[in-house]
Amino acid sequence: MIVKFLRDTWLIYQRQMTLMLRTPIWILVGIAQPITYLFLFTPFLKPALASMGADSYADAFQIYVPGLLVVMCLYGGLWAGFGLLGELRAGIVERARVTPVSRSALLLGRALRDVTSMLLQALIITLMALPFGLKAHVGDLVIAYILLFLIGLMATAISYDITLSVKNESALGPTINTIAQPLALLAGVLLPLALAPLWMRQVAWWNPFSWATDGVRALFNGRLGDAIVWQGLTITAVVAVATVLISARLYNRQVR
Amino acid sequence: MIETKGLSKSFRSRQRRRTTTVEAVRGIDLSVAEGEIFGFLGPNGAGKTTTLRMLATLLTPDGGDATIAGVDLRGNPAEVRRRIGYVAQGGGTWNEVSAREELVLQARLHGISKAEAETRATAAIKAFQLDEFADRWCKTYSGGQRRRLDVALGVIHDPKVLFLDEPTAGLDPQSRAHMWDEVRRLRREGTTVFLTTHYLDEADALCDRIAIIDYGQIVAEGTPTELKREVSGDTVMVGLNGSTPQAAELLGGQPYVHKLEVRDEGGLRLNVDSGETAIPQIMRELAASGIELDTIELHRPSLDDVFLSKTGRSLRES
Repeated sequence: MIVKFLRDTWLIYQRQMTLMLRTPIWILVGIAQPITYLFLFTPFLKPALASMGADSYADAFQIYVPGLLVVMCLYGGLWAGFGLLGELRAGIVERARVTPVSRSALLLGRALRDVTSMLLQALIITLMALPFGLKAHVGDLVIAYILLFLIGLMATAISYDITLSVKNESALGPTINTIAQPLALLAGVLLPLALAPLWMRQVAWWNPFSWATDGVRALFNGRLGDAIVWQGLTITAVVAVATVLISARLYNRQVR
Repeated sequence: MIETKGLSKSFRSRQRRRTTTVEAVRGIDLSVAEGEIFGFLGPNGAGKTTTLRMLATLLTPDGGDATIAGVDLRGNPAEVRRRIGYVAQGGGTWNEVSAREELVLQARLHGISKAEAETRATAAIKAFQLDEFADRWCKTYSGGQRRRLDVALGVIHDPKVLFLDEPTAGLDPQSRAHMWDEVRRLRREGTTVFLTTHYLDEADALCDRIAIIDYGQIVAEGTPTELKREVSGDTVMVGLNGSTPQAAELLGGQPYVHKLEVRDEGGLRLNVDSGETAIPQIMRELAASGIELDTIELHRPSLDDVFLSKTGRSLRES
């Protein structure tokens, strides 16, 4: 069972990766917006973050880049449902459904491709920020990327859940936006939640993405030992597994 | 090979808080023999695709039972999947991969090893004549090429039964003829083919047996020839060089002629059971009486006449 599931997931992932690498333009299109934010938004932050001890652009990058990476994985994941919907429409899913392939593998192989492209984009942005003074230890970065992987997987699974419930292109976009904006802002991706009023911090306490963002920020700033790192990792991992299981259930029910 | 009993399915749709139930398929009994090309003929929305999707394990029936290749559809859909192939109406291939890659992946999704999958892909490319474009990306294919790949994907695991949903919809005449040849070849190789179509000529020319479906129910079933004969028998048009009254009297007395009319434009119209046996007899009778025959024509009823007589409307209009 497990062997077949892993084999099937690998088969689907391989195919999805082939497709992605044959049209690499989408990876580049995907980072156009983060680059814009990186260069046109970060300059505002030096004065804005002065109260948090940011005296230079490097300090601003140090605070903002981790948030930006979380946004990329959060949004990249939440919009992944469109790809799934396209495949459902094109009959590709149906073609696979009449084979004995594991249903969950069809979903997970696809999700892993989406997460891979997000991590690639995150890596490009990280590298681009380095010349501007972003600093981080490689070891911490690896853990930060594990956390980003879990964020991306969680967001992708949530998007698949929505897609499988809505199944309509024109409703999917607004639905995702409605969910994505508050999730991102309440995760403190633009400015740390430490600057937010108390009520907002209390609401954000319930947002798994806010724990993840704080975790990524701590790792980028060399605070591997902070409690937020393991808290963020644990909370994100638990929620990611739960959302993946929920979408696998939804998918299995609809895609018998 | 396929047996169904009382298969039914309805869909509920909600509109402005009112729920309406559409009975897409209402109790279908079918029996398809091994090695047969069985056609499901009906207008759009008659329930053809719904029935096909139920038989291919993609939809759960609301009622009724079915056995496919010896396996109970409700009890063991996973085993049914192993024994069937299914090609959806819209196909289902990615744009940026080649036919060969698709065939290998499809075989592997069926649990076949990598080496064996590659062997099968090569064999399928040869059998379906995909050589010319097998290593190009699918997005460069014509409609007919893509459709042939769809069918090749559907039989990569050697299924006993192949379900084809509208295999030639939207194809040009040449690609259609090519597809018919492929379907006939699959039958020769022992595959049972169950296809849906709304083309009368396709049902007529390609299928061994057909069922006509309308509003979710089967209204007629049999070989195309049987069905057409059931409706009205054949019509023979006889053109003469004069002596029409004598010929009318002579042929009107023959036991195999059910009805005889003298046509306004000259000549006779005869209704007979079977044109191919009536024509030699007619020719013999006329020759024996020295009446000169000018032309003789056989008109067979079309499946559209069958559809018209069973449903009261023409398939071409619906």
